[in-house]
Amino acid sequence: MIASPPSTLLDKIWNNHLVHSDPGAPDLLYVDLHLLHEVTSAQAFEGLKVAGRTVRRPDLCVATVDHNIPTTDRSLPVLDSIARVQMEVLRENAQSHGIRLFDVDDERQGIVHVIGPELGLTRPGMVIVCGDSHTSTHGAFGALSFGIGTSEVEHVLATQCIPQRRPKAMEIRLEGDRPVGISAKDLILAIIGEVGVAGAAGHVIEYTGPVVGSLSMEERMTICNMSIEAGARAGMISPDTTTFEYLRDREFGPKSNDFDDLKTEWETLETDDGATFDRSVVMDIGDLEPQVTWGTNPGMVTGISGGIPNPDEIEDEEVRDSAERALKYMGLEPGTPMESINIDRVFVGSCTNGRLEDLREVARIVNGKRVHSSVHAMVVPGSTAVRRQAELEGLDRVFKDAGFEWREAGCSMCIGMNPDTLSAGERCASTTNRNFEGRQGRGGRTHLVSPATAAATALAGRFTDPRSG
Amino acid sequence: MEPFRLHTGVVAPLDQADIDTDQIIPKQFLKSVSREGYGDFLFHDWRTEEGGAINPAFILNREPYKGASILLTGRNFGCGSSREHAAWALRDFGFRAVLAPSFADIFRENADQNGLAAISLEESIVRELLARAHREAPLRLTVDLEQCTVAESDTLVASFEIDAFRKMCLLEGLDRIGLTLRQAEAISLFEKQRWPNRPEAAPESL
Repeated sequence: MIASPPSTLLDKIWNNHLVHSDPGAPDLLYVDLHLLHEVTSAQAFEGLKVAGRTVRRPDLCVATVDHNIPTTDRSLPVLDSIARVQMEVLRENAQSHGIRLFDVDDERQGIVHVIGPELGLTRPGMVIVCGDSHTSTHGAFGALSFGIGTSEVEHVLATQCIPQRRPKAMEIRLEGDRPVGISAKDLILAIIGEVGVAGAAGHVIEYTGPVVGSLSMEERMTICNMSIEAGARAGMISPDTTTFEYLRDREFGPKSNDFDDLKTEWETLETDDGATFDRSVVMDIGDLEPQVTWGTNPGMVTGISGGIPNPDEIEDEEVRDSAERALKYMGLEPGTPMESINIDRVFVGSCTNGRLEDLREVARIVNGKRVHSSVHAMVVPGSTAVRRQAELEGLDRVFKDAGFEWREAGCSMCIGMNPDTLSAGERCASTTNRNFEGRQGRGGRTHLVSPATAAATALAGRFTDPRSG
Repeated sequence: MEPFRLHTGVVAPLDQADIDTDQIIPKQFLKSVSREGYGDFLFHDWRTEEGGAINPAFILNREPYKGASILLTGRNFGCGSSREHAAWALRDFGFRAVLAPSFADIFRENADQNGLAAISLEESIVRELLARAHREAPLRLTVDLEQCTVAESDTLVASFEIDAFRKMCLLEGLDRIGLTLRQAEAISLFEKQRWPNRPEAAPESL
């Protein structure tokens, strides 16, 4: 028997899902799990209907409402009639095609990338797709997981397959010890700052190095979540004991009698010694400090002790133009120290940082203290289950006593499709993933930070190093 | 899908890198359940002033760019969210092609699915054309997908490379789902091998 050549984690998952391959054409991959939400699925179901096609595997689809649902009292009707129609259409489509839906009143409702892992739907070795770019989150479990457009959603509904060109494999190896008080969010923001917002285009990132192995699943999800912000459609981390332990006793996870067999299979999901990546980036994180974005894309980032850069010192014309434009939009002057910038709003939540660990971290910092009088702060849990658990632990009281609003689960102000938005000129420290112009509301100024930095900043009313408290 | 073979039109220059899909079509317009009607909201926050009045300075609000059908722009166009609404909005406005040094992966796929030709040109050529599109407006170009060329009247401006499969799909306006359904047997076989006992049903726990 000929030993198979050493392969990457990406290659292994790819080859395991290869349904068909034609020279010159993209490979046809089988999809294990198709996640759906209200904003990018209606036109796909409509397309199926027009073409007289059906959903091939409704049993491999799971739907929820997250993007445009209100995070206020759920017993009240949704006032935005257009958003309401979108939710109703998802309901009808799920029902008529026999797709499981975690609706607004379901205890399992939440942001699609929070509930997938939480319910045990996400597993190592899977191919997972969803009409949402942050599908990269699920790669934290050693799955190949990526966002797709609505035509591709229709394609997967009809065929349970997706045609894809094999992307290149990129390794991002983190070396050095993680400094105390540095979060996964700081790591990924620093990575994006290093490789750039298009730096990993055409690639799937595998995060490696001893630090990565020491991260919790929540932290791994935060990192894989923002792979798309570096231009990669997917990011992944090889599964290990931490992964396997997380997956035990989840509602839709493997049953206990299958668990050991699956674990043996999952243990093979690693990049072999001697396998080569198309590209490798090594970063030493030993001196990293908390990160804050200053501009209008996630690569415009600096350490919290730093200041606003001077565009005049940037050589590349296009990069300089972007920086000038960003500073104008953000209302910031070159040279301003980050820690002197006052903020109006704090948002804690999203598929990047809306999990229980994130909320615990914020609560630890704000416990017994008060949000600065000029700041409006809110916490939106990533899922209803996160909300319930946080309440069991009394975190909601800590938040409310400190002056935070405590909301129902959803995407909320990360995308601002529901009524949770910034007003023009408002400056927000946000635990989310995108600081694009207008992302959280037209004219709103978003700075991406970790939950800990958001918490310390909420208390001080200006950007604050959470390690200094 | 409407095929793309050859298109001649006015070029609108938008010289900026990393234009994200939140700029192309802001989130408040994603609530529709239709694929049409997004053209009015293309680049909404740039096209309008706060309060809704038309921003006369924005390129697509000015003659001769109002009727442009070729967008010329900076690298990494279409980064950010996976919203296909970005491609729908560009098409609905009247664009048939976007020329840029590079595109975000998901956007390029969405463009392909909608007969919008996302063509990568060398950065130096894009820079030169951006300058000319401002200076010599209206600059009219012809994108010929079959020949893989961009021309001005009969003068070649640039050649480009494109994946042969993407090219075929665009030229033919192919139904991609139909192509995959030709592999129905292979898909069924894959499912049988995967779940030998009950290929018609997912693992019980799902």
